[in-house]
Amino acid sequence: MHIVVCIKQVPDSAQIRVHPVTNTIMRQGVPAIVNPYDLYSLEEALRLKDRYGGRVTVLSMGPPQAETALRKAISFGADEAILVTDRAFAGSDTLATSYALASAIRQIEKDIPVDLVFAGKQTIDGDTAQVGPGIAKRLDMRLLTYISKIRELDALHGTITVERRAEGGVQVLKTKLPCLVTVLEGTNEMRFATMNNMFRAARYPLKVWNKESAGIEDLTKIGLKGSPTIVSKVFAPSPKAVKAEIIDTESNQPKDLVVTLLAKLFTKKPDLAHDIAKNAP
Amino acid sequence: MAEKFDAIVVGAGPSGNAAAYTLAKSGLKVLQIERGEYPGSKNVQGAILYSDALERIIPDFREDAPLERHIVEQQMWILDDESYVGSTYRSAEFNKPPYNRYTIIRAQFDKWFSKKVQDAGALLICETTVSNLLLDKNRVIGIQTDREGGAIYADIVILADGVNSLLAKKAGFHPELNAGDVALAVKEIHFLPQNLVEERFNIDDEEGVVIEMVGKITQGMMGTGFLYTNKESVTIGVGCMLSDFKQQKTTPYMLLEQMKAHPAIKPLLAGSEMKEYTAHLIPEGGYKAIPKIFGDGWMMVGDAAMFVNAVHREGSNLAMTSGRLAAETVIELAKQGREMTEANLSLYREKLDDSFILKDLKKYKDLPGILHKNPQFFTTYPELVNRAAHSMLTVDGIDKKTKELEIRRSFLKKRSLFGLIGDAFKMWRAFE
Repeated sequence: MHIVVCIKQVPDSAQIRVHPVTNTIMRQGVPAIVNPYDLYSLEEALRLKDRYGGRVTVLSMGPPQAETALRKAISFGADEAILVTDRAFAGSDTLATSYALASAIRQIEKDIPVDLVFAGKQTIDGDTAQVGPGIAKRLDMRLLTYISKIRELDALHGTITVERRAEGGVQVLKTKLPCLVTVLEGTNEMRFATMNNMFRAARYPLKVWNKESAGIEDLTKIGLKGSPTIVSKVFAPSPKAVKAEIIDTESNQPKDLVVTLLAKLFTKKPDLAHDIAKNAP
Repeated sequence: MAEKFDAIVVGAGPSGNAAAYTLAKSGLKVLQIERGEYPGSKNVQGAILYSDALERIIPDFREDAPLERHIVEQQMWILDDESYVGSTYRSAEFNKPPYNRYTIIRAQFDKWFSKKVQDAGALLICETTVSNLLLDKNRVIGIQTDREGGAIYADIVILADGVNSLLAKKAGFHPELNAGDVALAVKEIHFLPQNLVEERFNIDDEEGVVIEMVGKITQGMMGTGFLYTNKESVTIGVGCMLSDFKQQKTTPYMLLEQMKAHPAIKPLLAGSEMKEYTAHLIPEGGYKAIPKIFGDGWMMVGDAAMFVNAVHREGSNLAMTSGRLAAETVIELAKQGREMTEANLSLYREKLDDSFILKDLKKYKDLPGILHKNPQFFTTYPELVNRAAHSMLTVDGIDKKTKELEIRRSFLKKRSLFGLIGDAFKMWRAFE
């Protein structure tokens, strides 16, 4: 079983600030982390490896500093890590990114066939949830999104059975390998790396691929050129000047509170009172 | 099979980085363990960088270290509730490179320093806590981390795990910290556009100002406040002895809030946005509080060894220097093929005795005690000095002679003549 996990290094959005003057995002000093959604996918892949054996290859496209994210994946127990980095990729949107990653996965397949690809449900910086499905489409793989549990992997028949959270319930789906899976948050908890894996991660000779080694065939499909998405404006929403109103009641009895509240509500929205009166049995 | 190193450095602050860098440069096999997510993620300092200590480790650090501003002006404020009396020293000399002091932002600086350490060949492992020292009888032979398979061995373990070294306590090398020997400091970094920083503090691009403060801001507790200018931000903080906080039942953040509201400080921060809030313990017990700092197979450096000169607000330079001296001790012993026994490691103590670290700490050994027992230095005197200045600077038809008498009387009312002479004598002795 060969599993490829696609991860992305993102700025810790909890620590991002907007420059009060220029309104741009201040990335300086903001720590970079592995996109949290990707960790659920990585852990799920590692669990499959624990259960069924095989190997886990971690793949990321990004600037050279994304190395840290890949080393982290190694420390959790991934076997191999590949960083796809090239100036030509700069400015890639989700379309260009999924093209580049799909090309890289095809390259990986030249060594060992890939049975499963995992991707994060979405990233916390872009929040598009498009790259995973984009890769599946390009590699002509079946797509399983929002997976909350992997029930079974049948290597012999090349099938996978999963639980998928859907509106109003849980779907149980079974499909053929190879396929691409995105995992729902909360599905699992990332393991605590062993000392040996920490050493391995610190010393791991990372594989770094440029656009040639990643097997990019069409240069117009990567980077800014291959990215039809245009960010027209970035702005910080201005706080609304709506003040909460504190309503006093005389007795503080629940009944009085309700009456006061309703009176307040109906004065603001007279139509509402009318509607309720009309529909009353 | 557990790994074995020539040296393990626990901690990636200034002292740990200095030690690991020096050891790795000499070709020794070094492992550095840091509990934070990355070096600098848990480190807190004012922060002023003193060039000399770093220069002796990385001579060309100015080429790529993230430095904010070099200091051209030092102010000292003695504050009353609504006023302050201050002195300023500013010199064009400070504008001639190589600069002596810089403001830095530790999260960035530590990352840079750590990169140097790793480039020198040390193996860094983060997010890993050393839970115990491995002992063979009384000799430290390695460390136990909190991870599965976490035993790692080394000829020498250098403890650079900061103030309140839990390892030293666990191993029984140190007793519990004394609340009277540590200060609790809080600081905030406030974002302020670069042009505003430069306008408000009358400085040019790259120039920086340091303001040290004593007086009413610490509400009678032994401590000081400070304000530094960074490139695009201002750092403000205050620290007092932990035992004083306990006794006065004041919280550090309340103290800082009140300090920021002081009429002399408020306008300097107006319109700024808080970017970072941190708190840290500072070992200020001085010479008398220094614990046992080496033994069979281990040495201690930096804050863990209580190397802080509270009088001159120096700490990171003592940390870096002690880290370097510890490393040099190991290198010398290793070269001579001598073992890392307590007797042989006394070379470290000799090096410390010879350096400014122990010379300075010895010089001020009585000061912490004196200041602690005499809160008038933080309350009565600042108030009196401010009132005197106010009186002399208010033109109100009263002749100056009468004013002088009035000032003298106000001093004597608060403190007897013997008390005044005694205080002066105490300070003279302490600084002698």
